[in-house]
Amino acid sequence: MIGLPQTSSAPRWNRRQVTLAAIAVGAVFLLGIVLSSTIIGRTGLDPLLTARNQPPSLAHPFGTDWLGRDMLTRSLYGMSLSVRVGLLAATVSALIGTSLGLAAGTLGGWVDAVITWMIDIFFSLPHLVLLIMIAFAVGGGTQGVIIAVALTHWTSLARIIRAEVLQVNSADYVRLSHKLGRSHLWIARHHMVPHVIPQLLVGLILLFPHAILHEAALSFIGIGLSPHLPAIGIILAESMRHLSTGYWWLGVMPGLLLLLTVQAFDLLGENLRALLNPKTSQG
Amino acid sequence: MRLADLIRFAGSRLVRLGLLLMAVSVFTFVLISLSPISPVNAYVGADIMQIGPEQRQLIAERWGLDQPMIVRFWQWLRQFVQGNWGTSLIFNQPVLSVIGQRFQASLQMLAIAWLLSGLLGLGLGIFAGAYEGSWLDRGIRLYAYVLASAPTFWVALLLLIVFAVSLRIAPICCAAPPGTLAANVTLGQRLHHLLLPAITLSIIGIASIALHTRQKLIEVLHSDYVLFAKAQGESLAGIIRHHGLRNILLPAITLQFASLSELFGGAVLVEQVYAYPGLGEATVQAALRSDVPLLVGIVFFSALFVYTGNTLADFAYQVIDPRIRIGGER
Repeated sequence: MIGLPQTSSAPRWNRRQVTLAAIAVGAVFLLGIVLSSTIIGRTGLDPLLTARNQPPSLAHPFGTDWLGRDMLTRSLYGMSLSVRVGLLAATVSALIGTSLGLAAGTLGGWVDAVITWMIDIFFSLPHLVLLIMIAFAVGGGTQGVIIAVALTHWTSLARIIRAEVLQVNSADYVRLSHKLGRSHLWIARHHMVPHVIPQLLVGLILLFPHAILHEAALSFIGIGLSPHLPAIGIILAESMRHLSTGYWWLGVMPGLLLLLTVQAFDLLGENLRALLNPKTSQG
Repeated sequence: MRLADLIRFAGSRLVRLGLLLMAVSVFTFVLISLSPISPVNAYVGADIMQIGPEQRQLIAERWGLDQPMIVRFWQWLRQFVQGNWGTSLIFNQPVLSVIGQRFQASLQMLAIAWLLSGLLGLGLGIFAGAYEGSWLDRGIRLYAYVLASAPTFWVALLLLIVFAVSLRIAPICCAAPPGTLAANVTLGQRLHHLLLPAITLSIIGIASIALHTRQKLIEVLHSDYVLFAKAQGESLAGIIRHHGLRNILLPAITLQFASLSELFGGAVLVEQVYAYPGLGEATVQAALRSDVPLLVGIVFFSALFVYTGNTLADFAYQVIDPRIRIGGER
């Protein structure tokens, strides 16, 4: 197929450019969500009783609620809060996953056995039940959600990192390094870290959507963030009370924003993975 | 399959189940013991202002709360093994009977959702894989990708808005029409109430199985033996029937049994939205109203449920795949 002339007149992007563009779109969208609460100000949050229960329009793209507050502003504030909580919890979780994965992979023996066994136990319980249990046991609230999400999302990343370390550890060049008298620390820095960092980065980004969805789910059922902090889950739970009145936008629009945010994280993570993997980076 | 092999298989599974439940019990006990929720406060509830420190001391001693943790754990475990799972504070009934009743209500919903998502997911996956790159394939893939990242409770909410509020063809809540005695609920009414929750769970469950089936079928269709079959004039339907299905079925069944864990989690959210009185709704109630015995019971029960699913998947392997049949010819 070499040398076939491009038939379409418009210059087409190659796959690498498409990947980079997808990463940019995802990153800008998410940055916009996180910063939105500081940019748009609080005016939309004030009750305005003359504009109650309005369906979506140009002035209020997400409609208004039963107090006349702008749902777009509320949703963005809630989403921003949820994303920040999710980011924090997922980062802690990624740190736990990386350290346990590294420990299991390098130390081996009983350490490996215990960590693998722990991972198996975590996989043998429904994730949501485990989340509810931990959030309940640590006393609920924002702190409860963060701890519960952080303590339950590390397993898959730990598995990946462990496998990666085991694979690199048995590679010829690492064995050669040992024979040449390099210290463990030197090998860890020069042979392990370059392999583990990309996995960690992608693993972390792909953890975010799970963390955010679970935060929203916990808040939705009332075990997560308190109703005074209108996270996206709280807003959706509130909308349940107004469902039978036919104010559909109260539930539909914030959920759509949540869906878009999760998709943006997936887009970012998958494309970054393609870019960082030497096999797919030069498409 | 010989009987002795079957017994050995079952025996090893039981030992592993025992180890797992032991681990879950240690984990749950330590977690609850370390939590800031005082068992005395939880028991006394609203009458907290009316008892003095001496009475608190008495309650703590009566329950053995002054003993070290290891001793308490053994006492608790002994009772637990004997089938005394405690009394649920919110239902005022033994935990085991609450779980039994609630699970019965959930089971019908879970079974419908599980079968529906399995069959539809397999079907859509086969269509998408067989017509790879077509509009049908793109549509199915888009659906699967969107649904895979959609919040379960939001999908439930959407369906509730469309079918219960706008179209008024589905009930808005509960497992039976309000005001009807449990004994008078007809089969039709019950089905009417559990259909929408079950459909919600299944349209979410379809996503992963459809994507995996599609991937696997595409792999099969690009293989040499399919090329050979094509060269001999076999039709697409014939290839799928004779070469595709056999290769797709095994991973699909494993995936479907392994999805029981997610199905259970989904049921918690869906039952919450539809106010369906099943086990999931009981889980949320137990956590919200500090019913520790019920919550611990449900954690155990869910571990058992997930384990059963995984074991059935292993067992299905043996039945379907002659290469790994227990005690088969080697």
